Amino acid sequence: MRFDGVERALHWVNAAMFSVLVLTAIPLYFGSLAAVVGHRDVVARIHVWTGVFLPVPVLLSVLGPWGRTLRADLRRVNRWSAGELAWLRSFGRDAFVRLDKLNPGQKLNVSFTGGSIVVMLMTGAVMWWFGPFPDSWRTGATFVHDVLATFIVVVIVGHVGMALTHPASLRSMITGRVSRRWARRHAPAWADEMAAES
Amino acid sequence: MRSPRATGEVATPVGRRVFLGMVGLGAAGVVVGSSVQRWVAAALRPVTSVSGGGVSALIPGEDRFRIYTVTDSLPSMPTSQYRLSVTGLVERPLELSFDQLKGMPSTTLVRDFQCVTGWRVAKVRWDGVLISTLLDEAGVLPSARALRFDSFDGVYTESLTLDQARRPDVIAAYGFEGGPVTSQHGGPVRLYVAPMYGYKSCKWLSGIRVVDRVEPGYWEQNGYDIDAWVGRSNGRDDAPTS
Repeated sequence: MRFDGVERALHWVNAAMFSVLVLTAIPLYFGSLAAVVGHRDVVARIHVWTGVFLPVPVLLSVLGPWGRTLRADLRRVNRWSAGELAWLRSFGRDAFVRLDKLNPGQKLNVSFTGGSIVVMLMTGAVMWWFGPFPDSWRTGATFVHDVLATFIVVVIVGHVGMALTHPASLRSMITGRVSRRWARRHAPAWADEMAAES
Repeated sequence: MRSPRATGEVATPVGRRVFLGMVGLGAAGVVVGSSVQRWVAAALRPVTSVSGGGVSALIPGEDRFRIYTVTDSLPSMPTSQYRLSVTGLVERPLELSFDQLKGMPSTTLVRDFQCVTGWRVAKVRWDGVLISTLLDEAGVLPSARALRFDSFDGVYTESLTLDQARRPDVIAAYGFEGGPVTSQHGGPVRLYVAPMYGYKSCKWLSGIRVVDRVEPGYWEQNGYDIDAWVGRSNGRDDAPTS
């Protein structure tokens, strides 16, 4: 068992909400498409409220009594060994590292997504509820929101690309399970832990 | 010869650092972002000015129009069918075709275009007919105080006081950057109120009604200022555009 039900549910709810955010962002950002879709105020409202509720499933899953596995995995995501840093620097070619349940790229993806949610929410709030802030903040927030959105789209494309080319990993996010052989090969440090526990 | 390393020997809190770093950078970006953006836009200007709408439309930065509509689709109308009516408190109601409008004395304005949401496009050229010319043609009655503008999108309206509308930088525009006003930019004819925020410059202008008091327009019913002087309204301090 690699991912429990809470983790999988959170992943797919997040995926759905990110999709809504990206899809509504397209006509908000590209004028030529805005002209095709129209109803800018409605599209903007969907985008804003989806964004506002984005952290809700995250917080529910992390803080709830059902979030033990997720919390343990977040601790793994946070802690990196020197070996993992080297693995990332070698773009995954460093074969000496005994990888964890999540590889450093996956760990980075989790941290990046978390940071993105906070920054996009913060800058989005300044853009939408601009009343109390100086003008230059609204411009600055728009700039950060636009630039980070570009990075997020790149990361999502990379993430989906990796998932589609690594079917066992993708299956583990759907069914939660991986084979023992897969674990020994791709996540040996974790496989050792599991073996020690049982 | 390197020895195999195990995870967990040295635990660096990389996850937390990435997370907090992003939040810190994001917050800093909000505060200094507008200066960074100006700097980036200036640095990229040699590229963006050559490529026109292509590349520059994809780069986050200033200097490009964003198209806002309040209806399903982009309103459009061929110039042959276009009519501009001037009605209400006037001696002679007008219904002008596109060609009749183009036959009237024209005015050219080159001004920055400032949106109330923050973007600004430098030195945009507009050609059109002064609203005051249209008003003189129709003959305004003494009880008149204000104008109400209607858009053929069927929803949008705008307002100006009579004094504001008679300014020499308020026109019914049919020319944009040397060509026609495309339907994206509110063509074939739109209102252009140079000294005010963009929402005053009603796109797809179809009717001017002379009335006895200001009737707040579409966004003004949603909380925007009625007197929308750039830099002196809506809580903003942009440089004036006219």
